[in-house]
Amino acid sequence: MAATASEKILARHAGQKKVTPGEFVEARVDLSMAHESARIAIQSFRKMGAKRVLRPQSVVLVLDHRTPAECEETAVVHRLVRAFADEQHISNFYDVGEGVCHQLLAEKGHVRPGALIVGADSHTPTAGALGAFATGVGPTDVASVWATGKIWLRVPETIRVCVEGKFPPGVGATDLALSLVGRIGAYGAEYRAIEYCGSTIALTGIGERMTLCNLSTEMGAKAAIVEPDQTTMSYLAGQGAAFNGPAVRADPGASYDVKQELLAGELEPMVACPHSVDNVRPVRKVAGRSIDQAVLGSCTNGRLEDLAAAAGILKGRQVARSVRLIVVAASRTILLEAIRKGFIGTLLEAGAVLENPGCGPCLGAHQGVLAPGESCISTTSRNFKGRMGSPEANIFLASPATVAASAFRGVITDPRTVMR
Amino acid sequence: MKAYAISGRAIVLGDDITTDAIIAGKHCRMADPERLAPHALEGVVVNFAGKVKRAGAGKGNGPLGAIIVAGKNFGVGSSREQAPLALLGAGVKAVVARSFGRIFFRNAVNLGLPVLKCPRAASVIRDGQTVTVDLAGGLLRCGGEGRVLPGERLPLFMMGILDDGGLVPHIKRRLMDGKA
Repeated sequence: MAATASEKILARHAGQKKVTPGEFVEARVDLSMAHESARIAIQSFRKMGAKRVLRPQSVVLVLDHRTPAECEETAVVHRLVRAFADEQHISNFYDVGEGVCHQLLAEKGHVRPGALIVGADSHTPTAGALGAFATGVGPTDVASVWATGKIWLRVPETIRVCVEGKFPPGVGATDLALSLVGRIGAYGAEYRAIEYCGSTIALTGIGERMTLCNLSTEMGAKAAIVEPDQTTMSYLAGQGAAFNGPAVRADPGASYDVKQELLAGELEPMVACPHSVDNVRPVRKVAGRSIDQAVLGSCTNGRLEDLAAAAGILKGRQVARSVRLIVVAASRTILLEAIRKGFIGTLLEAGAVLENPGCGPCLGAHQGVLAPGESCISTTSRNFKGRMGSPEANIFLASPATVAASAFRGVITDPRTVMR
Repeated sequence: MKAYAISGRAIVLGDDITTDAIIAGKHCRMADPERLAPHALEGVVVNFAGKVKRAGAGKGNGPLGAIIVAGKNFGVGSSREQAPLALLGAGVKAVVARSFGRIFFRNAVNLGLPVLKCPRAASVIRDGQTVTVDLAGGLLRCGGEGRVLPGERLPLFMMGILDDGGLVPHIKRRLMDGKA
């Protein structure tokens, strides 16, 4: 019977010929990831009575959420994770300042097309940009994978999203993803996998695919997959992780739960308004709302093309005096490249505050927490009440271009009105 | 299998209670249920932990405990295990909701916190009403009036994890049996 890419990957890892949506399987995991969440995973691992991580080479640990440690308690957590990596011979350990876990998984060659990846972070589906089935689980789940190599999963129904045509100027992957969240809702893909296809997706780079897969989490998706193509293969080869195996593709005639079709040419800059990611409107409809902070970065949008888009708008201009613009590259590699290309110089000259690669203020723990009544426009993934500090603050989510344009004007601004 | 029936007083909540609302990111540097508990649902319910305690102060046959009854998408968002940990720390006995955030649902089962999908619970149950979560039957029984609301029964292996007290003891047993 014809199967979707997700079903094929899960069947292969469950040691079955086929799987059916709704079925529960115990599947072999190729790669597991944890960040500061490893602290609970380590506690659970010890309580399970496990001594050794089964396959240390299949484990990635990253310190990214509160880096450098913002308080003593976090410093102790970091020390614990470092010691565990050392004790268990986990060589794929990325310490403070290397970047956000999802970026590092892709950039350091840990993601293989067709792989089954679990991460103790909800945005783990980001790795689907390279054709893996990657899903977010809890830290105790990850501990069980360390101990047994396997995890229980419900086989998801699949949603196929087909996007055709070219993005208009000033419009990109974030606008596409936000349009889709607005259309299907924050629960629209719950317990389901999304598979993206179409000429628009074929034209995108891996960075844009990562943005799309990352924001699929905000539709409730368990995983999001872009089938590997020449762009994928070139990217992997460029990371020193060339892939020659047969790529997993959906069969023609595979059964989908829902099919969505979008035309890229009809999209425009979009913004998710407080306090839910599916409260989406065109930027022009909320233009003029004043902001206090603008955030450019994160696993959603902290890559080179994002910094380039913002630098393109802010070159020779100044961030409005009433706005704090915070810039966080998604990794050290990206930051270095952005420095070489002059993007960081441009952003600093415009008045930006540069932070170390990592999660930055996204989760509201440090590095740009909001006061009651403040408004922030951000390229990050969540605008829940209280996400970035005070529950009385407002968070708007938008693309790097919209965030840069808004930082320049001091009010929410359609980037097409300031592009040169 | 243990016959799972958990009784308690309902604390009724609305739709889309996010993991940031259950426990804010700034508190997730902690992982002890007791220390997380005072911050559980901060900004949603004033002194939630106190409300759970008061709900549990049952007369007669010992304390009752509290059961959250929520609308759609309870626990949407982060993978933070601190969310179910904070609820457990506050003394919550079970969570009933119209639907759940996927990872919260996993985490709850993994920590031994019973969860029941029950579409109509939040619109029928009143705050403070005594309810019984019948996990084996996949039902919610409303105290006093004998009314029964249908829910979704958990798959057997998830019941097995809950029976063992969560994923940690479940895996521990499997490792000891050499079945992992």
